[in-house]
Amino acid sequence: MGRAHRIPGRRGRRLRVALCAMVIASPLVAACGSDGGGITVNVYYSTEENFDKVVAECNDAAAGRYTIALNVLPRGADDQREQMVRRLAAGDTDMDVLGLDVTWVAEFAEAGWITEWTGQDKTDVEAGTLAGPLATARWEDKLYAAPKNTNVQLLWYRSDLVPTPPKSWGEMLEQAKRLKADGKPGGILMTGAQYEGLVVQFATLTAGAGGKILSDDSTRAVVDDGAVKALEALRDLANSPASSPSLSNAKEDNIRQEFESGKSAAFQLNWPFVYASMAKSNPELAKVFKWAPYPAIDASKTGTATLGGFNLAISSYSQHKPEAFEAAKCLRSAESQKFSAINSGVPPTIESVYDDPEMAEPYPMRETILDELKNPAVRPITPAYQNVSTLISTILSPPAAIDPKATAERLRTELQDALDSKGVLP
Amino acid sequence: MKAITEGKKAERRLGLWLCAPAALVMVAVTAYPIIYSVWLSLQRYDLRFPAEREFVGLENYVTVLTNSYWWSAFGVTTLITVISVVIELVLGMALALVMHRTLVARGLIRTVALIPYGIVTVVAAFSWRYAWDDNTGYLAQLFAPDAAPLTQRASALGIIVLAEVWKTVPFMALLLMAGLALVPEDLLKAASMDGAGPWQRFTKVMLPVMKPAILVALLFRTLDAFRIFDNIFVLTSGAQQTGSVSMQTYNNLIRGLNLGIGSTMSVLIFIAVAAIAFLFVKVFGAAAPGNDGGKR
Repeated sequence: MGRAHRIPGRRGRRLRVALCAMVIASPLVAACGSDGGGITVNVYYSTEENFDKVVAECNDAAAGRYTIALNVLPRGADDQREQMVRRLAAGDTDMDVLGLDVTWVAEFAEAGWITEWTGQDKTDVEAGTLAGPLATARWEDKLYAAPKNTNVQLLWYRSDLVPTPPKSWGEMLEQAKRLKADGKPGGILMTGAQYEGLVVQFATLTAGAGGKILSDDSTRAVVDDGAVKALEALRDLANSPASSPSLSNAKEDNIRQEFESGKSAAFQLNWPFVYASMAKSNPELAKVFKWAPYPAIDASKTGTATLGGFNLAISSYSQHKPEAFEAAKCLRSAESQKFSAINSGVPPTIESVYDDPEMAEPYPMRETILDELKNPAVRPITPAYQNVSTLISTILSPPAAIDPKATAERLRTELQDALDSKGVLP
Repeated sequence: MKAITEGKKAERRLGLWLCAPAALVMVAVTAYPIIYSVWLSLQRYDLRFPAEREFVGLENYVTVLTNSYWWSAFGVTTLITVISVVIELVLGMALALVMHRTLVARGLIRTVALIPYGIVTVVAAFSWRYAWDDNTGYLAQLFAPDAAPLTQRASALGIIVLAEVWKTVPFMALLLMAGLALVPEDLLKAASMDGAGPWQRFTKVMLPVMKPAILVALLFRTLDAFRIFDNIFVLTSGAQQTGSVSMQTYNNLIRGLNLGIGSTMSVLIFIAVAAIAFLFVKVFGAAAPGNDGGKR
């Protein structure tokens, strides 16, 4: 009996001691970050190859005044956003520099989660940065982030099948049909699954037809004639023999793989990461793997493409803002961007980096990318972007079932509700 | 009515005092969040527009209840619930009879039968997803070559139901086996003496005796199935209109950061679940777990 009593008693005491130790230690753990005489700047960034080396370089540059700690976010964009949003909504002070997808800046800024860039920091970021990527970092004429890298889709094609790349969307469909009729691989691969990739295609096509999805101030859903033409183009492709049977399920990596197999496709609308991948997985096909500007519906607008990429923002709850701004500037400096472009394949946002001779070999398509970057179609900039994007991809999916006039009407009403944060997300 | 004596009163008061801590904990961990989400559901509250927070009364309910996405998700949830619970009941009953009647290696059979229930749902769902994936899956081409079953609405719903059923039949069987143990052996013997065949013994003797256990099992599974989330989240993420009401609530609350609409949905799910429980208890006479149908 006495024994039976003693054991839980001792256990209980031990537990209590352990709990007390934890309570006492936890501020120390938090403080551990700032030992070594400096300050820790916590960077939250998505998975990018070799980004840890950029961080190490910047740590050297900081010379002990602060240490950058890299925290890698999950791979999926939704998961990245969710993790940051949950913590920011709770006022978490442990996040300093945030890697934001270009479409999130408005949302985070409007919610008051990120700090405006002002003064010298602002001037430094704006100097030499391309206008398109810079626009994605602004909200209501204030700068809320520093563009770290950008991205644009190009038309990738096989020069053995297509001697001259198409100058417009219609011409591409024609060429593909002719190839198919001759029994050659003539498929056009596009990201058509129900996700952000489909929204990117729709935004690019709409801009390429001179249309608009939202009004310039992002308060009204316009979905004008240009957008209707984009819907027609998507429907035409989906119902054409040149389309892939798995269009309604295809994401960027699926179409990259399908193209690399060399069996069915002559065209692919995709990000530049496919270039390095092709050289590795199918060196034979890589010899005839060429690129051209994204073909627009209106041939004069060919080369207009939607911008992707990442911006760096400083959390409003950061305890070390001056250091965080400095760290962010280092992580996106021209040298860092050149390193990332060469070693991780992400296109820079600073124009001068493109002229660097070292860029020629890994980036033979840099001229085309730069042309598109100077002629960008920026995705709608609105704090409700997540809702807008979810609705567009739901309504346009599957692309074969698009009825241009009716679909546009549906987009108009449901997007308006989303902008007023009235509607329900599917 | 006899007046309660002073001693009895004191005893009752003591009883209440002894209950109080437990009741307080219950209020703190369940009542408070429920009341708070009802309060949130009456507001326009979007984390991205913190300045526009205001009280809107029942407006959110009107928005949700007049929205076609909500009713589509509600229909999907009801469909999955009904089909999976019916299949689970039939298979669970069969499994329970086998486990109850088995003569050799009874313990081993019962343990093996329970394995699916012991596997984490998300893990099981991932293995189903890889099995039906059109590129890597070994089951994808089962019915048609070049099929991508998870990308078609009907087949995706079928796979969701299959994953649910596979996972929870053992649980159903376990609950039903408890009911089977209630059936007196003498009653079955007497029935067979009177000339009742196996089917008659099952429907006329066993089922009536087992009714409380069956209803409890059905109640548990219906409530669980109505709140289905993890299987759908992993298998389709709600694409091709396969999202349940819980998926939609998650999308609005966590992805959309719309606390008002999201809370409205969770309150509606709460009401639906309460209605299901009410239906089972009052209409079918299911006993609350813990008392065996008032037949004591």
